[in-house]
Amino acid sequence: MAARQASAGLSRLLLGADPVRRAIYILGMVPAVWTFYLGLTDQLGADPQNTLERTLGLWALRFLIAALAVTPLRRLGGPSLIRYRRAIGLLGFYYACLHLTVYLVLDQGLDLAAIWADIVKRPYITVGMLAFTILVPLAATSNNAMIRRLGARAWQRLHKLVYVATAAAAIHFVMLVKSWWTPEPAIYATLVAALLLMRFWFYAQKRLWPKPRPVSRPVSAEG
Amino acid sequence: MLIRRPSDIAPSEITPRDVYLRRREFLAGAAALGLSSGLSALLSGNAQAAPLTAEPSPLSTTDEEKTPLASITSYNNFYEFGTDKGDPARHAQRLTTSPWKVKIDGLVNKGADYDFNDLIKSSRLEERIYRMRCVEGWSMVIPWVGFPLAEVLKRADPQASAKYVAFETVVRPSEMPGQSGFFQPLDWPYREGLRLDEAMHPLAILAVGLYGETLPNQNGAPIRLVVPWKYGFKSIKSVVRISLVEKEPPITWKSQNAREYGFYSNVNPQVDHPRWSQATERRIGEGGLFGKRRPTLMFNGYGEQVAGLYAGLDLKANY
Repeated sequence: MAARQASAGLSRLLLGADPVRRAIYILGMVPAVWTFYLGLTDQLGADPQNTLERTLGLWALRFLIAALAVTPLRRLGGPSLIRYRRAIGLLGFYYACLHLTVYLVLDQGLDLAAIWADIVKRPYITVGMLAFTILVPLAATSNNAMIRRLGARAWQRLHKLVYVATAAAAIHFVMLVKSWWTPEPAIYATLVAALLLMRFWFYAQKRLWPKPRPVSRPVSAEG
Repeated sequence: MLIRRPSDIAPSEITPRDVYLRRREFLAGAAALGLSSGLSALLSGNAQAAPLTAEPSPLSTTDEEKTPLASITSYNNFYEFGTDKGDPARHAQRLTTSPWKVKIDGLVNKGADYDFNDLIKSSRLEERIYRMRCVEGWSMVIPWVGFPLAEVLKRADPQASAKYVAFETVVRPSEMPGQSGFFQPLDWPYREGLRLDEAMHPLAILAVGLYGETLPNQNGAPIRLVVPWKYGFKSIKSVVRISLVEKEPPITWKSQNAREYGFYSNVNPQVDHPRWSQATERRIGEGGLFGKRRPTLMFNGYGEQVAGLYAGLDLKANY
Protein backbone atom coordinates (compact mmCIF):
# COMPACT_ATOMS: atom_id res chain seq x y z
CA MET A 1 0.00 0.00 0.00
CA ALA A 2 2.70 2.40 1.07
CA ALA A 3 4.82 1.40 -1.90
CA ARG A 4 1.95 2.05 -4.22
CA GLN A 5 1.32 5.44 -2.72
CA ALA A 6 5.00 6.27 -2.97
CA SER A 7 5.15 5.31 -6.64
CA ALA A 8 1.99 7.27 -7.35
CA GLY A 9 3.59 10.24 -5.56
CA LEU A 10 6.78 9.87 -7.58
CA SER A 11 4.95 9.70 -10.89
CA ARG A 12 2.92 12.76 -9.90
CA LEU A 13 6.14 14.57 -9.02
CA LEU A 14 7.77 13.63 -12.32
CA LEU A 15 4.82 13.78 -14.66
CA GLY A 16 2.26 15.94 -12.90
CA ALA A 17 -1.30 15.10 -11.94
CA ASP A 18 -2.95 16.08 -15.23
CA PRO A 19 -3.49 12.96 -17.37
CA VAL A 20 -3.07 14.89 -20.65
CA ARG A 21 0.19 16.34 -19.44
CA ARG A 22 1.39 12.87 -18.46
CA ALA A 23 0.47 11.57 -21.88
CA ILE A 24 2.47 14.40 -23.48
CA TYR A 25 5.56 13.51 -21.46
CA ILE A 26 5.24 9.81 -22.17
CA LEU A 27 4.46 10.16 -25.89
CA GLY A 28 7.08 12.86 -26.17
CA MET A 29 9.81 10.50 -25.02
CA VAL A 30 8.79 7.77 -27.50
CA PRO A 31 11.02 9.05 -30.35
CA ALA A 32 14.05 9.03 -28.03
CA VAL A 33 13.41 5.53 -26.72
CA TRP A 34 12.61 4.22 -30.20
CA THR A 35 15.68 5.77 -31.84
CA PHE A 36 17.93 4.48 -29.08
CA TYR A 37 16.40 1.02 -29.46
CA LEU A 38 17.04 1.13 -33.23
CA GLY A 39 20.62 2.16 -32.52
CA LEU A 40 21.22 -0.70 -30.08
CA THR A 41 19.80 -3.21 -32.55
CA ASP A 42 21.88 -1.88 -35.44
CA GLN A 43 18.96 -0.47 -37.41
CA LEU A 44 20.08 3.16 -37.65
CA GLY A 45 21.93 2.79 -40.93
CA ALA A 46 25.60 3.16 -41.73
CA ASP A 47 26.42 5.88 -39.19
CA PRO A 48 24.22 5.15 -36.14
CA GLN A 49 25.92 7.67 -33.84
CA ASN A 50 25.38 10.51 -36.22
CA THR A 51 21.78 9.48 -36.90
CA LEU A 52 21.00 9.27 -33.17
CA GLU A 53 22.68 12.61 -32.47
CA ARG A 54 20.81 14.36 -35.27
CA THR A 55 17.46 12.77 -34.53
CA LEU A 56 17.62 13.87 -30.90
CA GLY A 57 18.67 17.39 -31.88
CA LEU A 58 15.88 17.60 -34.42
CA TRP A 59 13.27 16.59 -31.83
CA ALA A 60 14.63 19.19 -29.40
CA LEU A 61 14.09 21.84 -32.06
CA ARG A 62 10.63 20.49 -32.89
CA PHE A 63 9.47 20.70 -29.28
CA LEU A 64 10.93 24.19 -28.85
CA ILE A 65 9.07 25.28 -31.98
CA ALA A 66 5.87 23.65 -30.74
CA ALA A 67 6.17 25.50 -27.42
CA LEU A 68 6.72 28.74 -29.29
CA ALA A 69 3.64 28.09 -31.41
CA VAL A 70 1.25 27.86 -28.45
CA THR A 71 0.56 31.58 -28.09
CA PRO A 72 0.24 32.43 -31.81
CA LEU A 73 -2.10 29.47 -32.20
CA ARG A 74 -4.42 30.87 -29.54
CA ARG A 75 -4.19 34.42 -30.92
CA LEU A 76 -5.14 33.19 -34.35
CA GLY A 77 -8.27 31.58 -33.01
CA GLY A 78 -6.96 28.07 -32.39
CA PRO A 79 -7.31 26.14 -29.16
CA SER A 80 -5.42 27.27 -26.11
CA LEU A 81 -2.74 24.77 -25.20
CA ILE A 82 -1.17 27.03 -22.60
CA ARG A 83 -1.69 24.40 -19.92
CA TYR A 84 0.63 22.06 -21.79
CA ARG A 85 3.27 24.55 -22.87
CA ARG A 86 5.55 23.78 -19.94
CA ALA A 87 5.49 20.07 -20.75
CA ILE A 88 6.25 20.75 -24.42
CA GLY A 89 9.08 23.15 -23.61
CA LEU A 90 10.60 20.80 -21.04
CA LEU A 91 10.54 17.98 -23.58
CA GLY A 92 12.56 20.27 -25.85
CA PHE A 93 15.07 20.69 -23.02
CA TYR A 94 15.21 16.95 -22.31
CA TYR A 95 15.94 16.25 -25.96
CA ALA A 96 18.60 18.96 -25.97
CA CYS A 97 20.20 17.19 -22.96
CA LEU A 98 20.15 13.83 -24.74
CA HIS A 99 21.50 15.39 -27.95
CA LEU A 100 24.36 17.01 -26.01
CA THR A 101 25.06 13.79 -24.09
CA VAL A 102 25.38 11.79 -27.31
CA TYR A 103 27.78 14.41 -28.67
CA LEU A 104 29.89 14.51 -25.49
CA VAL A 105 29.95 10.80 -24.65
CA LEU A 106 29.41 8.76 -27.82
CA ASP A 107 30.73 11.12 -30.51
CA GLN A 108 33.64 12.75 -28.67
CA GLY A 109 34.26 10.01 -26.09
CA LEU A 110 34.49 12.68 -23.38
CA ASP A 111 37.74 13.99 -24.85
CA LEU A 112 37.54 17.28 -22.98
CA ALA A 113 40.32 18.97 -24.95
CA ALA A 114 38.62 18.15 -28.27
CA ILE A 115 35.23 19.25 -26.93
CA TRP A 116 36.57 22.56 -25.67
CA ALA A 117 38.36 23.15 -28.97
CA ASP A 118 35.07 22.46 -30.76
CA ILE A 119 33.14 24.90 -28.58
CA VAL A 120 35.56 27.78 -29.05
CA LYS A 121 36.61 27.12 -32.65
CA ARG A 122 33.47 25.83 -34.38
CA PRO A 123 30.81 28.52 -34.65
CA TYR A 124 27.95 26.03 -35.10
CA ILE A 125 28.94 24.26 -31.88
CA THR A 126 29.35 27.60 -30.09
CA VAL A 127 25.83 28.55 -31.14
CA GLY A 128 24.45 25.14 -30.15
CA MET A 129 26.08 25.36 -26.71
CA LEU A 130 24.67 28.87 -26.32
CA ALA A 131 21.17 27.56 -27.02
CA PHE A 132 21.62 24.79 -24.47
CA THR A 133 23.11 27.07 -21.82
CA ILE A 134 20.13 29.42 -22.10
CA LEU A 135 17.71 26.52 -21.74
CA VAL A 136 19.21 25.38 -18.42
CA PRO A 137 17.91 28.23 -16.19
CA LEU A 138 14.59 28.18 -18.06
CA ALA A 139 14.11 24.48 -17.37
CA ALA A 140 15.22 24.91 -13.78
CA THR A 141 12.55 27.57 -13.21
CA SER A 142 9.80 25.70 -15.05
CA ASN A 143 7.75 24.92 -11.95
CA ASN A 144 5.12 26.71 -9.91
CA ALA A 145 7.39 27.17 -6.91
CA MET A 146 9.90 29.15 -8.98
CA ILE A 147 7.17 31.28 -10.54
CA ARG A 148 6.06 32.19 -7.03
CA ARG A 149 9.60 32.84 -5.87
CA LEU A 150 10.58 35.02 -8.82
CA GLY A 151 7.25 36.71 -9.22
CA ALA A 152 5.20 36.34 -12.40
CA ARG A 153 6.73 39.39 -14.09
CA ALA A 154 10.38 38.57 -13.53
CA TRP A 155 9.67 34.95 -14.43
CA GLN A 156 8.05 35.96 -17.70
CA ARG A 157 10.87 38.30 -18.54
CA LEU A 158 13.41 35.52 -17.89
CA HIS A 159 11.47 33.07 -20.02
CA LYS A 160 11.49 35.42 -23.01
CA LEU A 161 15.04 34.08 -23.43
CA VAL A 162 13.48 31.02 -25.03
CA TYR A 163 13.21 33.13 -28.20
CA VAL A 164 16.99 33.50 -28.24
CA ALA A 165 17.52 29.82 -27.45
CA THR A 166 15.19 28.59 -30.21
CA ALA A 167 16.65 30.99 -32.75
CA ALA A 168 20.14 29.80 -31.78
CA ALA A 169 19.03 26.16 -32.11
CA ALA A 170 17.67 26.80 -35.62
CA ILE A 171 20.85 28.66 -36.62
CA HIS A 172 22.92 25.78 -35.21
CA PHE A 173 21.03 23.45 -37.59
CA VAL A 174 21.45 25.74 -40.62
CA MET A 175 25.18 26.21 -39.95
CA LEU A 176 25.73 22.47 -39.77
CA VAL A 177 24.84 21.65 -43.35
CA LYS A 178 27.26 22.09 -46.21
CA SER A 179 24.90 23.86 -48.57
CA TRP A 180 22.65 26.55 -47.12
CA TRP A 181 20.10 25.71 -49.72
CA THR A 182 19.13 22.43 -48.04
CA PRO A 183 15.40 21.92 -47.45
CA GLU A 184 15.16 20.69 -43.85
CA PRO A 185 17.16 23.31 -41.94
CA ALA A 186 15.78 26.04 -44.20
CA ILE A 187 12.21 25.02 -43.39
CA TYR A 188 12.83 24.89 -39.63
CA ALA A 189 14.62 28.23 -39.69
CA THR A 190 11.72 29.77 -41.60
CA LEU A 191 9.24 28.42 -39.04
CA VAL A 192 11.22 29.88 -36.15
CA ALA A 193 11.58 33.21 -37.95
CA ALA A 194 7.82 33.30 -38.60
CA LEU A 195 6.99 32.57 -34.96
CA LEU A 196 9.38 35.26 -33.74
CA LEU A 197 8.00 37.78 -36.25
CA MET A 198 4.51 37.08 -34.95
CA ARG A 199 5.74 37.87 -31.44
CA PHE A 200 7.06 41.16 -32.72
CA TRP A 201 3.77 41.84 -34.48
CA PHE A 202 1.75 41.20 -31.29
CA TYR A 203 4.12 43.45 -29.37
CA ALA A 204 3.91 46.21 -31.96
CA GLN A 205 0.13 46.09 -31.98
CA LYS A 206 0.01 46.41 -28.22
CA ARG A 207 2.78 48.90 -27.60
CA LEU A 208 3.68 50.81 -30.72
CA TRP A 209 0.27 51.35 -32.25
CA PRO A 210 -2.18 51.01 -29.41
CA LYS A 211 -5.81 51.18 -30.48
CA PRO A 212 -7.67 54.08 -28.94
CA ARG A 213 -9.75 52.82 -26.04
CA PRO A 214 -13.40 52.72 -26.94
CA VAL A 215 -15.05 55.68 -25.29
CA SER A 216 -18.08 54.58 -23.35
CA ARG A 217 -21.06 56.63 -24.29
CA PRO A 218 -24.56 56.46 -23.04
CA VAL A 219 -26.62 54.26 -25.28
CA SER A 220 -28.97 56.38 -27.26
CA ALA A 221 -32.65 55.71 -27.20
CA GLU A 222 -32.76 54.81 -30.88
CA GLY A 223 -29.91 52.33 -30.18
CA MET B 1 -6.22 -13.17 -54.75
CA LEU B 2 -4.73 -14.30 -51.50
CA ILE B 3 -1.02 -14.96 -51.69
CA ARG B 4 0.06 -17.15 -48.82
CA ARG B 5 3.48 -16.82 -47.40
CA PRO B 6 5.00 -20.23 -46.89
CA SER B 7 5.17 -20.72 -43.16
CA ASP B 8 7.18 -23.88 -43.26
CA ILE B 9 10.65 -22.78 -44.35
CA ALA B 10 12.95 -24.31 -41.79
CA PRO B 11 15.97 -22.18 -40.90
CA SER B 12 18.14 -25.01 -42.19
CA GLU B 13 16.65 -24.58 -45.63
CA ILE B 14 17.66 -20.95 -45.89
CA THR B 15 20.91 -20.55 -47.79
CA PRO B 16 23.64 -19.76 -45.28
CA ARG B 17 25.08 -16.31 -45.75
CA ASP B 18 28.57 -17.48 -46.67
CA VAL B 19 27.20 -19.80 -49.35
CA TYR B 20 24.97 -17.00 -50.59
CA LEU B 21 27.99 -14.73 -50.77
CA ARG B 22 30.00 -17.39 -52.59
CA ARG B 23 27.59 -17.07 -55.48
CA ARG B 24 29.83 -14.20 -56.51
CA GLU B 25 32.64 -16.70 -57.09
CA PHE B 26 30.25 -18.81 -59.07
CA LEU B 27 29.25 -15.78 -61.07
CA ALA B 28 32.83 -14.72 -61.62
CA GLY B 29 33.52 -18.25 -62.80
CA ALA B 30 30.49 -18.10 -65.03
CA ALA B 31 31.68 -14.83 -66.50
CA ALA B 32 35.11 -16.30 -67.09
CA LEU B 33 33.50 -19.19 -68.90
CA GLY B 34 31.88 -16.68 -71.21
CA LEU B 35 28.32 -16.93 -69.99
CA SER B 36 26.30 -13.86 -70.73
CA SER B 37 26.62 -11.12 -68.17
CA GLY B 38 22.86 -10.66 -68.41
CA LEU B 39 22.35 -14.02 -66.74
CA SER B 40 24.83 -13.11 -64.03
CA ALA B 41 23.13 -9.80 -63.39
CA LEU B 42 19.84 -11.59 -63.11
CA LEU B 43 21.24 -14.04 -60.59
CA SER B 44 22.90 -11.36 -58.47
CA GLY B 45 19.52 -9.90 -57.60
CA ASN B 46 20.28 -6.34 -58.65
CA ALA B 47 19.10 -5.58 -62.14
CA GLN B 48 21.99 -3.21 -62.70
CA ALA B 49 24.83 -5.07 -61.04
CA ALA B 50 26.97 -7.22 -63.26
CA PRO B 51 30.11 -9.02 -62.16
CA LEU B 52 33.49 -7.69 -63.21
CA THR B 53 36.68 -9.62 -63.43
CA ALA B 54 39.50 -7.72 -61.81
CA GLU B 55 43.01 -8.53 -60.71
CA PRO B 56 44.16 -7.69 -57.20
CA SER B 57 46.51 -4.72 -57.07
CA PRO B 58 49.65 -4.29 -54.96
CA LEU B 59 48.45 -0.73 -54.32
CA SER B 60 45.50 -2.01 -52.26
CA THR B 61 45.14 -1.50 -48.53
CA THR B 62 44.87 -5.01 -47.21
CA ASP B 63 45.27 -4.74 -43.45
CA GLU B 64 41.94 -3.09 -42.71
CA GLU B 65 38.45 -4.47 -42.59
CA LYS B 66 36.36 -3.59 -45.62
CA THR B 67 33.21 -1.55 -45.05
CA PRO B 68 30.10 -3.69 -45.66
CA LEU B 69 28.50 -3.28 -49.08
CA ALA B 70 25.20 -2.29 -47.45
CA SER B 71 26.87 0.73 -45.80
CA ILE B 72 28.78 1.74 -48.93
CA THR B 73 25.54 1.74 -50.93
CA SER B 74 23.24 3.41 -48.37
CA TYR B 75 25.34 6.29 -47.00
CA ASN B 76 26.24 8.60 -49.86
CA ASN B 77 26.77 12.25 -50.60
CA PHE B 78 25.50 12.66 -54.16
CA TYR B 79 23.59 15.95 -54.10
CA GLU B 80 22.25 15.39 -57.63
CA PHE B 81 19.83 12.98 -55.92
CA GLY B 82 19.19 15.04 -52.76
CA THR B 83 21.12 16.29 -49.74
CA ASP B 84 20.19 13.48 -47.35
CA LYS B 85 22.70 10.62 -47.29
CA GLY B 86 19.83 8.20 -47.86
CA ASP B 87 18.56 10.10 -50.93
CA PRO B 88 21.00 8.61 -53.47
CA ALA B 89 20.01 5.03 -52.56
CA ARG B 90 16.34 6.06 -52.75
CA HIS B 91 16.43 7.94 -56.04
CA ALA B 92 19.47 6.86 -58.04
CA GLN B 93 17.73 3.92 -59.71
CA ARG B 94 16.12 6.44 -62.03
CA LEU B 95 19.44 7.27 -63.67
CA THR B 96 20.00 5.61 -67.04
CA THR B 97 23.65 4.60 -67.23
CA SER B 98 23.54 2.84 -70.57
CA PRO B 99 24.35 4.09 -73.13
CA TRP B 100 26.98 6.35 -71.57
CA LYS B 101 29.51 8.58 -73.23
CA VAL B 102 32.66 10.06 -71.78
CA LYS B 103 34.21 12.93 -73.68
CA ILE B 104 37.95 13.66 -73.45
CA ASP B 105 38.71 17.11 -74.78
CA GLY B 106 40.64 20.31 -74.28
CA LEU B 107 44.40 20.46 -74.69
CA VAL B 108 44.85 16.97 -76.13
CA ASN B 109 46.02 15.71 -79.49
CA LYS B 110 43.67 12.76 -79.51
CA GLY B 111 40.34 13.89 -78.16
CA ALA B 112 37.67 11.22 -77.99
CA ASP B 113 34.02 10.64 -77.31
CA TYR B 114 34.21 7.21 -75.73
CA ASP B 115 31.34 4.86 -75.42
CA PHE B 116 31.59 3.55 -71.86
CA ASN B 117 31.72 -0.07 -73.03
CA ASP B 118 34.67 0.62 -75.34
CA LEU B 119 36.48 2.47 -72.57
CA ILE B 120 36.12 -0.41 -70.15
CA LYS B 121 37.01 -3.03 -72.79
CA SER B 122 40.28 -1.35 -73.61
CA SER B 123 41.40 -1.31 -69.97
CA ARG B 124 42.67 -4.03 -67.67
CA LEU B 125 40.53 -3.87 -64.55
CA GLU B 126 42.15 -4.02 -61.12
CA GLU B 127 40.71 -4.28 -57.66
CA ARG B 128 41.94 -1.35 -55.56
CA ILE B 129 41.00 -1.46 -51.89
CA TYR B 130 41.25 2.13 -50.66
CA ARG B 131 40.41 4.11 -47.58
CA MET B 132 37.86 6.84 -48.34
CA ARG B 133 37.82 9.84 -46.00
CA CYS B 134 34.89 12.24 -46.25
CA VAL B 135 35.44 15.91 -45.42
CA GLU B 136 32.61 15.49 -42.88
CA GLY B 137 34.77 13.31 -40.64
CA TRP B 138 33.80 9.75 -41.48
CA SER B 139 35.58 7.08 -43.49
CA MET B 140 35.17 3.73 -45.22
CA VAL B 141 37.38 1.05 -46.76
CA ILE B 142 36.12 0.31 -50.26
CA PRO B 143 37.17 -2.41 -52.71
CA TRP B 144 36.91 -0.47 -55.97
CA VAL B 145 37.28 -1.99 -59.40
CA GLY B 146 38.84 0.31 -61.95
CA PHE B 147 41.88 1.33 -63.94
CA PRO B 148 44.45 4.11 -63.66
CA LEU B 149 43.23 7.51 -64.81
CA ALA B 150 46.70 7.94 -66.33
CA GLU B 151 45.87 5.31 -69.00
CA VAL B 152 43.04 7.38 -70.43
CA LEU B 153 45.02 10.60 -70.19
CA LYS B 154 48.08 9.14 -71.92
CA ARG B 155 45.91 7.75 -74.70
CA ALA B 156 44.50 11.24 -75.26
CA ASP B 157 48.07 12.58 -75.62
CA PRO B 158 48.00 15.83 -73.60
CA GLN B 159 49.64 18.88 -75.15
CA ALA B 160 52.57 20.54 -73.39
CA SER B 161 50.40 23.44 -72.23
CA ALA B 162 47.98 21.15 -70.34
CA LYS B 163 48.56 21.60 -66.61
CA TYR B 164 45.25 20.58 -65.05
CA VAL B 165 42.45 18.06 -65.60
CA ALA B 166 38.81 19.14 -65.20
CA PHE B 167 35.94 16.70 -64.66
CA GLU B 168 32.17 17.04 -65.01
CA THR B 169 29.24 14.98 -63.74
CA VAL B 170 26.22 14.33 -65.92
CA VAL B 171 23.36 16.88 -65.85
CA ARG B 172 20.01 15.16 -66.20
CA PRO B 173 17.27 16.93 -64.23
CA SER B 174 14.62 14.45 -65.39
CA GLU B 175 16.47 11.62 -63.69
CA MET B 176 18.21 13.49 -60.88
CA PRO B 177 15.74 15.11 -58.48
CA GLY B 178 18.40 17.34 -56.88
CA GLN B 179 18.89 19.02 -60.27
CA SER B 180 15.30 20.16 -60.57
CA GLY B 181 12.78 21.95 -58.40
CA PHE B 182 13.01 24.61 -55.74
CA PHE B 183 15.87 23.37 -53.59
CA GLN B 184 18.98 23.03 -55.72
CA PRO B 185 21.90 22.96 -53.31
CA LEU B 186 24.67 23.42 -55.89
CA ASP B 187 25.29 24.85 -59.35
CA TRP B 188 25.30 22.07 -61.91
CA PRO B 189 27.17 20.40 -63.39
CA TYR B 190 29.23 19.21 -60.45
CA ARG B 191 32.83 19.97 -61.33
CA GLU B 192 36.13 18.73 -60.00
CA GLY B 193 39.74 19.05 -60.95
CA LEU B 194 43.26 17.82 -60.37
CA ARG B 195 46.71 19.03 -61.25
CA LEU B 196 47.97 16.96 -64.19
CA ASP B 197 50.72 15.32 -62.09
CA GLU B 198 48.13 14.35 -59.47
CA ALA B 199 45.89 12.91 -62.15
CA MET B 200 48.79 10.89 -63.61
CA HIS B 201 49.64 9.39 -60.19
CA PRO B 202 49.16 5.60 -60.17
CA LEU B 203 46.84 5.79 -57.13
CA ALA B 204 44.29 7.93 -59.01
CA ILE B 205 41.80 5.66 -60.76
CA LEU B 206 38.60 5.71 -62.71
CA ALA B 207 36.36 3.24 -60.89
CA VAL B 208 33.65 1.27 -62.66
CA GLY B 209 32.78 -1.16 -59.89
CA LEU B 210 33.00 -2.14 -56.26
CA TYR B 211 32.95 -5.46 -54.45
CA GLY B 212 33.51 -7.21 -57.79
CA GLU B 213 30.41 -5.84 -59.50
CA THR B 214 29.54 -2.82 -61.60
CA LEU B 215 29.02 0.40 -59.64
CA PRO B 216 25.63 0.92 -58.04
CA ASN B 217 24.10 4.17 -59.32
CA GLN B 218 24.32 5.85 -55.90
CA ASN B 219 28.08 5.33 -55.92
CA GLY B 220 28.55 7.16 -59.22
CA ALA B 221 27.72 4.68 -61.97
CA PRO B 222 28.87 3.94 -64.50
CA ILE B 223 32.25 5.62 -64.05
CA ARG B 224 33.74 7.84 -61.38
CA LEU B 225 37.04 9.21 -60.16
CA VAL B 226 38.70 7.86 -57.01
CA VAL B 227 41.58 9.86 -55.49
CA PRO B 228 42.16 8.18 -52.14
CA TRP B 229 44.48 10.75 -50.55
CA LYS B 230 41.96 13.58 -50.97
CA TYR B 231 38.62 14.21 -49.26
CA GLY B 232 35.80 12.23 -50.81
CA PHE B 233 34.13 15.12 -52.63
CA LYS B 234 37.14 15.31 -54.97
CA SER B 235 36.25 11.84 -56.27
CA ILE B 236 33.59 13.04 -58.71
CA LYS B 237 30.81 10.64 -59.69
CA SER B 238 29.06 9.70 -62.96
CA VAL B 239 31.68 11.44 -65.10
CA VAL B 240 30.76 12.53 -68.64
CA ARG B 241 33.63 14.85 -69.47
CA ILE B 242 37.35 15.01 -68.81
CA SER B 243 39.11 18.13 -70.11
CA LEU B 244 42.77 18.96 -70.13
CA VAL B 245 43.23 22.66 -69.38
CA GLU B 246 45.96 25.19 -68.76
CA LYS B 247 44.67 26.95 -65.64
CA GLU B 248 43.25 25.66 -62.37
CA PRO B 249 39.64 24.82 -63.27
CA PRO B 250 36.72 25.95 -61.11
CA ILE B 251 35.46 23.18 -58.82
CA THR B 252 31.99 23.00 -57.30
CA TRP B 253 32.62 23.14 -53.56
CA LYS B 254 35.32 25.78 -53.81
CA SER B 255 33.01 27.94 -55.94
CA GLN B 256 30.29 27.43 -53.35
CA ASN B 257 32.44 28.27 -50.33
CA ALA B 258 36.11 29.02 -50.93
CA ARG B 259 36.84 29.57 -47.25
CA GLU B 260 35.89 25.99 -46.43
CA TYR B 261 36.91 24.01 -49.50
CA GLY B 262 40.15 24.37 -51.41
CA PHE B 263 41.29 23.06 -54.78
CA TYR B 264 43.72 20.56 -53.25
CA SER B 265 41.61 19.21 -50.38
CA ASN B 266 44.24 16.68 -49.42
CA VAL B 267 43.31 14.74 -46.30
CA ASN B 268 45.23 16.57 -43.57
CA PRO B 269 44.57 16.12 -39.85
CA GLN B 270 46.53 19.30 -39.08
CA VAL B 271 44.39 21.64 -41.18
CA ASP B 272 40.88 21.90 -39.78
CA HIS B 273 37.79 22.57 -41.79
CA PRO B 274 36.49 25.90 -40.42
CA ARG B 275 33.43 24.16 -39.03
CA TRP B 276 34.93 20.96 -37.68
CA SER B 277 38.20 19.38 -36.70
CA GLN B 278 39.84 17.02 -39.17
CA ALA B 279 42.03 15.35 -36.54
CA THR B 280 39.84 12.27 -36.16
CA GLU B 281 37.28 10.29 -38.10
CA ARG B 282 34.55 7.75 -37.51
CA ARG B 283 35.02 4.53 -39.47
CA ILE B 284 31.61 3.54 -40.80
CA GLY B 285 30.55 0.09 -39.63
CA GLU B 286 33.07 0.04 -36.80
CA GLY B 287 31.61 -0.33 -33.30
CA GLY B 288 28.07 0.78 -34.13
CA LEU B 289 26.48 3.12 -31.64
CA PHE B 290 29.48 2.97 -29.30
CA GLY B 291 32.20 3.14 -31.94
CA LYS B 292 35.21 5.32 -31.14
CA ARG B 293 36.77 7.85 -33.45
CA ARG B 294 40.19 7.02 -34.89
CA PRO B 295 42.99 9.43 -35.73
CA THR B 296 43.02 10.70 -39.32
CA LEU B 297 46.24 10.03 -41.19
CA MET B 298 48.17 12.56 -43.27
CA PHE B 299 47.18 12.13 -46.95
CA ASN B 300 44.72 9.52 -45.64
CA GLY B 301 47.66 7.18 -45.05
CA TYR B 302 49.02 7.46 -48.62
CA GLY B 303 51.77 9.95 -47.74
CA GLU B 304 54.57 7.59 -48.71
CA GLN B 305 53.25 7.47 -52.27
CA VAL B 306 51.96 11.02 -52.78
CA ALA B 307 53.81 13.40 -50.44
CA GLY B 308 56.37 14.02 -53.20
CA LEU B 309 53.72 15.69 -55.33
CA TYR B 310 53.53 18.50 -52.79
CA ALA B 311 57.20 19.08 -51.96
CA GLY B 312 57.66 22.75 -51.15
CA LEU B 313 53.95 23.50 -51.20
CA ASP B 314 52.45 25.16 -48.12
CA LEU B 315 49.64 22.72 -47.34
CA LYS B 316 48.03 25.09 -44.87
CA ALA B 317 47.65 27.84 -47.46
CA ASN B 318 46.82 25.36 -50.23
CA TYR B 319 44.15 23.42 -48.38
